[in-house]
Amino acid sequence: MVEKQEFMINMGPQHPSTHGVFRIVLELDGETVIGAKPEIGYLHRGVEKISENRTYEQVLPLTDRLDYVNAMGNNLAYVMAVEKLAGIQVSERAQAIRTILAELNRIASHLISIGTQGLEVGAYTVFLYCFREREIILDLFERATGGRLTYTYFRFGGLFQDLPEGWVEEARDFCKEFLPHVDEYEDLLIQNPIYKLRTKGIGILNKNIALNYGASGPVLRSTGVSWDLRKDSPYLMYDQVEFDVVYTKNGDVWDRAWIRLEEMRQSTRIIKQLLDNLPEGEVQAEELCRYVVPEERSSYFAVESPRGELGFFLVSDGSLKPYRMKIRSPAFVNLSLVETLVKGEKVADVPLIIGSLDPVFGEVDR
Amino acid sequence: MSLALEVTLRAIIAVVLGFSFVGLALVVLNVVERKLGGRFQSRYGPLHVGWHGSLQTIADLLKILQKELIIPAGADPVLFRLAPYLSLVPAITIFLAVPISENIVALESNLSLLIVLFLPAVSVFGILTAGWASNSKYSLIASLRSAGQMFAYEIPRTLSALSVVMLAGSLSLTEIVKNQQSIWFLVVQPIAFLIFFFTSLAEANRVPFDLTWAESELVSGFFTEYTGMRWAMFFLAEYGALIGSCFLTVLLFMGGWLGPFLPPVVWLLIKVSVLVLLSLWFRWTWPRFRIDQWLNFSWKFLVPLSIINLLVTGTLMIGLRVGV
Repeated sequence: MVEKQEFMINMGPQHPSTHGVFRIVLELDGETVIGAKPEIGYLHRGVEKISENRTYEQVLPLTDRLDYVNAMGNNLAYVMAVEKLAGIQVSERAQAIRTILAELNRIASHLISIGTQGLEVGAYTVFLYCFREREIILDLFERATGGRLTYTYFRFGGLFQDLPEGWVEEARDFCKEFLPHVDEYEDLLIQNPIYKLRTKGIGILNKNIALNYGASGPVLRSTGVSWDLRKDSPYLMYDQVEFDVVYTKNGDVWDRAWIRLEEMRQSTRIIKQLLDNLPEGEVQAEELCRYVVPEERSSYFAVESPRGELGFFLVSDGSLKPYRMKIRSPAFVNLSLVETLVKGEKVADVPLIIGSLDPVFGEVDR
Repeated sequence: MSLALEVTLRAIIAVVLGFSFVGLALVVLNVVERKLGGRFQSRYGPLHVGWHGSLQTIADLLKILQKELIIPAGADPVLFRLAPYLSLVPAITIFLAVPISENIVALESNLSLLIVLFLPAVSVFGILTAGWASNSKYSLIASLRSAGQMFAYEIPRTLSALSVVMLAGSLSLTEIVKNQQSIWFLVVQPIAFLIFFFTSLAEANRVPFDLTWAESELVSGFFTEYTGMRWAMFFLAEYGALIGSCFLTVLLFMGGWLGPFLPPVVWLLIKVSVLVLLSLWFRWTWPRFRIDQWLNFSWKFLVPLSIINLLVTGTLMIGLRVGV
């Protein structure tokens, strides 16, 4: 008699398509996944604990290293959380510049996500096309901040410095050139019949499950929930610009990729509007002293990062250092869905599903 | 000269010439693929070794020659060593039976189509052996996929070749080409051509059917555990199968060496190059299928379609009294 036996496969932490140091133990019946056990923690650095021993300013560079493909967004969430804690006001110009940079970084992050979605189905070319455009964004960041991956550009009360001369024109040129490239990705990958065959109806996420797990960002929006912090609790200049919240109903891998594609178009729209009406003025609050010493209280502030709700909860005991910092990481919460999503799918779809949750392990493990 | 001696000499010359040609073609094709791939992806490709990187593949081969041949712990050492040969030899041996013009062929046979069509199928044993002997689960899944999809492409491929055989009334590749003097079979049998070309891509494990490689889920498919020249042999076998399939497609459907002005060999190479470049273009553009989708597509669409094509061909031939 032929004996039937399940088959364990250990994917990661060193595997070409686990998006970082992530390990998932798959139980296979042939090519079908019948069980999955995700394992995280390979990149844990104890950022939350370290920050208890640093002043508020010294914590800022650590936040760059959480979600390293969206460092601007992380700086933003932390800086705004501290500003809320200490009651610091920020000038209009600084707010507009922060919005522009955060949106540019959203585009850069989504470019990586869409590019790697291509890699996961063997379409290598679209990945390099995405990186070609990301390079232009990184050049813009380098001109403004001096860094290409970790910026530490946002400071309490404003920015490190004003934008360099000619930056606004360069950013405008980028917006003009970028939109045709988005159409290119759509033609080459998102609307490709084979890609649709591979991703439609794969990794279907139910609305209730998504809400119960606390998913956010494109992962939640793919299930038909129109929830975007930029619209629902506007911060920075988001209430003064026009843009649409992109959401779909099917909750599959294709929907999540399409949402990211469409969000790049919306982000470009936001950037264009802000570049045209950039307020004049100072970018740094003048009366600010060197150290931030908030009163004894706590505050939570969340922004819409490319992955979802990125929040910082800060508790102050009235000293120079935060008493406690808790990071609400969207990548961690979204990744917790992976076990539910991969069950019943084929082993070839596992990288696609992990990729569609767009985890960044700096943020998952913190 | 005795007959035995003549046959032996012919075979030796053919093998030496054939292997040199295939080896050279593989090196050239690899450079072309990398340069073209670079252009498709808006980068340069290799630039530094030789004129515009033209010697890069030779440099890489020299590097690969120096690599340690690792046999992983728990692997079956005999089968592990055997698998690359099982894969490479059939992929190259088919060139013995491929005519490159009306009079030049190493192994003249009135069954040459069968040799060229089915010998590459032996390569699957190489893949299966590699997957089993590697003692790696990724390799095993890849080789099982290879075994699973083998019939899915071989059957429509054979059936579509059969419709050409019916028209030509011969299994000899030379005869089939001679039958295309007036009109290419590509024009008469467009559906058979498409099925044959795409299933040939599957046979050579090329995009969109590179399921046995599938680096996103299976790391590197059945040759995950291989290093050095053993790995390179699988690599060469893949290119060899691709070139072989393109030769066969040209001979069956595109008039082989027939063409005005230029020498026959040149015509043949031009046509083969067009098909090879087409497959490279696919590779840099398309995503890959999933194994069950590809099997469904093959069994539920390609196989019935090729059978219908065969029936229609036969009916029309009887109706129009062609070649009966």
